[in-house]
Amino acid sequence: MKETGIHKRILADRLFKALIVLLACSCILPMFLILFFITKYGIAVIDWNFLTKLPAPVGELGGGIANAIIGTAILIAVASVLAVPLGILAGIYLAEYRKTRFAYLTRLSVEIIMGTPSIVIGIVAYIWVVMPMGSFSALSGGIALAIMMLPVMVMSTEETLKLMPDSMKEASLALGVSYPRTIMKVILPAGFSGILTGTILAIGRIAGETAPLLFTAFGSPFMDTNILKPVNSLPLMVFNYATSPYPEWHALAWGASFVLLAFVLILNLVAKVGMKKWKVRF
Amino acid sequence: MESTVLRTEHFGAGFDDNQVLKDINIVIPRNMITAIMGPSGCGKTTLIRCMNRMHELIPSANVTGRILLEEENVFDIDPIIVRRKIGMVFQRPNPFPTMSIYDNVAAGYNLNGIRISKSDKDSIVEESLRKAALWGEVKDSLHRKGTFLSGGQQQRLCIARALAMRPEILLLDEPTSALDPKSTSHIEELVVQLKNAVTIIQVTHNIPQAARISDFTAFIYLGELVEFGLTEKLFTVPKDKRTEEYLKGKFG
Repeated sequence: MKETGIHKRILADRLFKALIVLLACSCILPMFLILFFITKYGIAVIDWNFLTKLPAPVGELGGGIANAIIGTAILIAVASVLAVPLGILAGIYLAEYRKTRFAYLTRLSVEIIMGTPSIVIGIVAYIWVVMPMGSFSALSGGIALAIMMLPVMVMSTEETLKLMPDSMKEASLALGVSYPRTIMKVILPAGFSGILTGTILAIGRIAGETAPLLFTAFGSPFMDTNILKPVNSLPLMVFNYATSPYPEWHALAWGASFVLLAFVLILNLVAKVGMKKWKVRF
Repeated sequence: MESTVLRTEHFGAGFDDNQVLKDINIVIPRNMITAIMGPSGCGKTTLIRCMNRMHELIPSANVTGRILLEEENVFDIDPIIVRRKIGMVFQRPNPFPTMSIYDNVAAGYNLNGIRISKSDKDSIVEESLRKAALWGEVKDSLHRKGTFLSGGQQQRLCIARALAMRPEILLLDEPTSALDPKSTSHIEELVVQLKNAVTIIQVTHNIPQAARISDFTAFIYLGELVEFGLTEKLFTVPKDKRTEEYLKGKFG
């Protein structure tokens, strides 16, 4: 009686273990499949010309994604210039004045922006920037992406600074250092690794966004570095080429996906390594 | 007798409705060690945090009465100036984690944007580390992070950091409570040596420590100054019954 009870328990134990291992595998599997297919179809297209040439017109072979790479870089730069300083400052405010009403309101707004569908943010940028300026532009795309980036920046800064011990701030203030200098020269440097990691992850988040760019950056077959003109971006190019009827464009879409994925993966790795390497020991 | 560097007049402090200190009148003599002792929660830390205006950093904090530094009310002086004149060392060592030992000592100058020549800075750092009895141990590793030092060394680094600003008064808030006995005796010896250079006010709930190192002792109980006087007298012939009971270990 007792014996069989124990056997049953051991069996149940093993079954449960097997089940959770299986479920864990089923989480990893999609990632490997994605990596596998994108690499399989994407890597064949990639060569020097692909990375440095402009897209070819329909019917011509070859062509590249140089304008999309530059366009993505411009969009990320515009978004970062807007969202990083603003996000860090708002994060400092939230970490310093945690319990004020205004902090509560700010936190709520940030969460709402975080949860807003990206297409809606695209439409907002269209109404705010594209309509008054009268044309699609990298600037409007950058603004849309900045709105998406902002909540990540605010939250990661706040989380990082909340972990800073109060004793550090007191040490600085007790030396007669003013409050702004304490924030800029003691608190921020100590939180540098966390804030930098947050920035990298935020860039990773916006690098692959398509929806907010559909009616802002719009896409363009030309190389354009003017931020007031429409630009192409990697996700937009994937979207446009993959939905086209031409097989050679499909191949380019795979290639562009591969480049985009590689970029985001590298960013994530850098963030992981950076988090460890630049961590401040208290 | 000796001159007075700081005194409080009918001084009280608290948070919102919670009155922590009541009618404190204390006279701190120059170049002496004054110990402030009392049971936990009696307000001794609040008292010294008022002296360099750290108390008011807490939003609900309030104060009444005056604290006179060289006959000038500290509440009429910019807190930044007060804190440069009255240095502070905290309960737990808190060197700046991003800075080297050298930069920690020079932090008061670097962070405040006070420009001094490299050679002046070098000599201030060396002088401060020597005063804090740390120079010998760290002179070859000045550019390592301060957080790699042991707890006792970190606390002496914090003392050096406070001394570098050449304050008139050094406030020590139970500086040895987080340290082992060896580091504690190190700090005690150091404090005794330091009194030639700076007036020291040390908070402690360690009765023997107050007896060992201080010249004057204040006993605070439930936010009131019960007794203040020469350490020798207060420990041998206490005037107040509560002091006697505290020293005998009946409460606290």
